[in-house]
Amino acid sequence: MVIIGAGECGGRAALTLRDLGFEGPVTLVGDEPHLPYERPPLSKEAMTSEAPFIKAIASDELLAERSIRHIHSLRVVAIDRVAHIVSLSDGSSLAYDKLLLATGSVPRKLPMPGLGGRCVYLRTFNDALAIRAHLSAGNRVAIIGGGFIGLELAASARKLGAAVTVIEAQPRILMRGVPAEIAEIIHKAHEAESVRVLTGQGIASIADDGAEVRITLADGQQVVADLAVIGIGAVPVTTLAAEAGLAIDNGIAVDGHLRTEDPDIFAAGDCCSFPLAIYGGRRVRLEAWRNAQEQGALAARNMLGADEAHAAVPWFWSDQYGLTLQIAGLSDEGKSIVRRDLDDGAFILFHLAEDGRLVAASGIGPGNAVARDIRLAEMLIAKRARPAPEALGSQAVKLKSLLAA
Amino acid sequence: MSDWVEACAAEDIDEEDVMRFDHAGRTYAIYRSPDDEYFATDGLCSHEKVHLADGLVMDDIIECPKHNGRFNYKTGDARGAPVCVNLKTYPVKVDAGKVLIQLG
Ligand SMILES: Cc1cc2nc3c(=O)[nH]c(=O)nc-3n(C[C@H](O)[C@H](O)[C@H](O)COP(=O)(O)OP(=O)(O)OC[C@H]3O[C@@H](n4cnc5c(N)ncnc54)[C@H](O)[C@@H]3O)c2cc1C
Ligand code: FES
Repeated sequence: MVIIGAGECGGRAALTLRDLGFEGPVTLVGDEPHLPYERPPLSKEAMTSEAPFIKAIASDELLAERSIRHIHSLRVVAIDRVAHIVSLSDGSSLAYDKLLLATGSVPRKLPMPGLGGRCVYLRTFNDALAIRAHLSAGNRVAIIGGGFIGLELAASARKLGAAVTVIEAQPRILMRGVPAEIAEIIHKAHEAESVRVLTGQGIASIADDGAEVRITLADGQQVVADLAVIGIGAVPVTTLAAEAGLAIDNGIAVDGHLRTEDPDIFAAGDCCSFPLAIYGGRRVRLEAWRNAQEQGALAARNMLGADEAHAAVPWFWSDQYGLTLQIAGLSDEGKSIVRRDLDDGAFILFHLAEDGRLVAASGIGPGNAVARDIRLAEMLIAKRARPAPEALGSQAVKLKSLLAA
Repeated sequence: MSDWVEACAAEDIDEEDVMRFDHAGRTYAIYRSPDDEYFATDGLCSHEKVHLADGLVMDDIIECPKHNGRFNYKTGDARGAPVCVNLKTYPVKVDAGKVLIQLG
């Protein structure tokens, strides 16, 4: 078994193969120099701690104990599907029976001239180290893109005392996948922490002289910063698969079992698009940590012949300041919204389809205030339940009781 | 063995639910199972030190509110990613409507 990409998904897949008792060779190839590690802390606690740290998914000892061979700092450069061999960037090669592509995604590049060494992206631990070096008190940071990674980084930069400006081209932050009511709460939280949030602002030009970045906005306003971090989304890593002749459709296209059209090659995590059963097979690509984990484990089971279809409900969280947002399901499937207020200003929006089916739930609040109800909502979504809107809206009705119904 | 400490009244916890209990600078989670038995574990998740009492109890599983790591609260066993370190458990008894837990 060969796994390409030693991230969340690849790491979990390797461990799952062993959990299931597979005894043949398992090789995990990754081009980063580190152990497989979790990315979510990079914009959060790993960024604000004294020195950024790696939260490894598996230690060297665990990998050795489970007989997982981890080849780091090398890229897979080609897949020979006929010979069942992958070639590595040092000229060596590996034979496989089953292959998993867990190549993840990379930040979308800002297609503009003028970017230099002070314009950076955040994806890897090494990126985090480079950014951290500029986040001291008094430094100015511009964040291009009001998405999750940019906003989390804005919160972390404020915690370290930097002056932060967020520039978003859309009319509001978090346009994609987050209801306006919740984006509003997050927007206000940033303003309360003295972050300058500029929405509806296109960028006319960028000048980076290596010491300072000067960003000119469409309306002529200028933002000058010691560092500009670009967070305008991610694109799946598909070149290797495409060159091997596999179908690409907003990611490496797989079926509900995470199989490509080659029966011996699977793809999972941020790099793949797959049909989501709970929404009638709608093809999606998710960039979410739990999905990477679940799909890594599912791919491993199917590589061993389980023949199991993906059935999970998408789930995502984000932490900014003391607030946590959690979203289960895809809110754009909903036609109407029911609001449920919880203690401490926390609330959940339930997204209902035309026929009353619960299709998503988005919640925000301090700490883990929404966690339990979002989890119950997720189970209701999985059951394709049609709970009464009045019950969803009333804090007095326990969601657990709806699940039993 | 150390003494039994009174944590709460038995009726303070719903069936199939969990409550936080802080004592002597430490935090614990006390569970009431669907079949009306009581259990106790360390209060913080072994993944990122989050209070498990904000999580969801289902049968004999407590699910962490932060990233859905799962533990069997009766045995403390970690049940799947991202958690891999087990929780410490503590003996519990109910006496005259009070839940007592044996710490130490
Ligand atoms: C800063 C940050 C914060 C995040 N926060 C959250 C959050 O709060 N909540 C949430 O749900 N999600 C979050 N995510 C998203 C989550 O981390 C990803 O969904 C997850 O990491 C995807 O895992 P993956 O294994 O599919 O891909 P990745 O983790 O990207 O791993 C893929 C690996 O494959 C390697 N690779 C690619 N091609 C090759 C090749 N040809 N040869 C060898 N190696 C290769 C890559 O270098 C990479 O190491 C965050 C992501 C980032 C970057
Ligand atoms: S903190 Fe409990 S699973 Fe992560």
